[in-house]
Amino acid sequence: MIRFDEVTKVYRGTAKPALNSVSLEVLSGEFVFMVGASGSGKSSMLRLVLKEDRPSSGSIHVLGQDLNRISSRKIPYFRRNLGVVFQDFRLLPNKTVFANVAFTLQVIGKSKGFIHEAVPDVLAMVGLEGKAERFPHELSGGEQQRVAIARAVVNKPSILLADEPTGNLDPTTSMGIMTLLERINANGTTVLMATHDAGIVDRLQRRVVELVGGRVVRDERGGGYVTQAIPQVQPDIVIPAAGPREGLR
Amino acid sequence: MRLALVLSEVGQGLRRNLSMVVSVVLVTFISLTFVGTAILLQAQINQMKSYWYDRAQVAVYFCTDFSSVGTCDQTAATPEQVAAVEAQLESETLAPFIDAYYFEDRQQAFENFQDQFEGNAIASLVTPELMTEAYWVNLVDPTQSQILADALSGLAGVESVVDQRSYLDQIFDILNASSFTAIGIAALMLVAAALLIATTIRLSAFSRRRELGIMRLVGASNRFIQTPFVIEGVVAALIGSVLAAGAMVAIVQFFVQGYLSETLPQTSFVGLDDALLVVPVLLGVGALLAALSANVAISRYLRV
Repeated sequence: MIRFDEVTKVYRGTAKPALNSVSLEVLSGEFVFMVGASGSGKSSMLRLVLKEDRPSSGSIHVLGQDLNRISSRKIPYFRRNLGVVFQDFRLLPNKTVFANVAFTLQVIGKSKGFIHEAVPDVLAMVGLEGKAERFPHELSGGEQQRVAIARAVVNKPSILLADEPTGNLDPTTSMGIMTLLERINANGTTVLMATHDAGIVDRLQRRVVELVGGRVVRDERGGGYVTQAIPQVQPDIVIPAAGPREGLR
Repeated sequence: MRLALVLSEVGQGLRRNLSMVVSVVLVTFISLTFVGTAILLQAQINQMKSYWYDRAQVAVYFCTDFSSVGTCDQTAATPEQVAAVEAQLESETLAPFIDAYYFEDRQQAFENFQDQFEGNAIASLVTPELMTEAYWVNLVDPTQSQILADALSGLAGVESVVDQRSYLDQIFDILNASSFTAIGIAALMLVAAALLIATTIRLSAFSRRRELGIMRLVGASNRFIQTPFVIEGVVAALIGSVLAAGAMVAIVQFFVQGYLSETLPQTSFVGLDDALLVVPVLLGVGALLAALSANVAISRYLRV
């Protein structure tokens, strides 16, 4: 589904790489948490998967395509297979909930009939039936994030990328969002989620990939935010003790 | 569905940047008016050239009692000398180049002069004796006057051989200069228009950057993202072009045909049909210019 081979990303004007020869494979239908401090490279990885950036070295395969070789004209069509959710929702403030979700389908050329069927369906799925004609500012944060999720999955993507989707939400609302993401995952969508939320990671017990300074230091199935096990990957890297990192949060 | 979406985006963009759009309209209007004027001026010059050059004659002036130019020695040309010139005009070397010729004696020249300067003080000062005898020659090809000059100007009794086109050339030089000035101004204005369109489109893109970001994220094709902006620029420029075309037609209709041809009835001027030929050129230039600069502007904005 997603494969990183020795991927290094150095942003221009910086000496330290954002990602340092990262190798990672995500299989179809997996739910993967990416954890790590700010600047550890989580967002960089998501950007690379979306082909918003190209790696400095190494190769990335997503959905069987080598992203180094995909022509820039085909990138939009490639992105139609991916859904993305952000911490700041990124809704269009002057459009209703329905229009926000429909916009995605309109710009990729879906028919009016399809839109009028698919949008109410997906709004019901995320629990927003009856709020189709509201504007984003009339909704709570959790509801806005549900709109964003609806927009991301309305086109039935194979992969859902989530960049700290619960970062702006309180714990209860966050759990609601996570339940929704789990449901989407259960329907076969691969979910790759970057997060700082230890409570969520600990609770869901899914695959956890931990990044420190652009390197994968842990790749644990059914793990928590902080590992209890001996590190499996790249044992030459010293993992900071749990205490200070918890303090950082 | 998509067309409606694109058009509604265009409408939004135009409304949101109304003042910029108005300035684009005005600048394209002015610049294309200059383009049209330059084209029409060229057409006018060509028309006058073909009209006057066909009528332009070569004059072979004979000596008078007062002339010391050329072969003259203050003695009027004798009838024998005139006959010698006519023999040359009839000769096998010159005849093929000559369409027609006629002799104008002093009395005829005097009458023509009185006609031309009727009411002018100079007309009363001139007597037939002061006038010059001449052969007026129509050439088959008006550009070959040099042949006559070479053959005849050395003959005894010939004062000078004058191609009337040399008078016309001065007028055409002036007209040409003004038409090049118009082209120069038009080029400068077109550059300004292109830059203004690019700025407007970039502004429009900036005010819609949220939508653009989401479009890119969900996989809208580049063409789909660009099209509304390009149409926006083209619409603004086309409004300017239509205004310029209207101005062109109005100038020709009311100033050239209405005023100039009344005042100078002998000259043929560019007509409405010429103006209507210029209209599609103006529309095409306006649309093309806008499409190109909008495309450049938006693709620079979209580059990751």
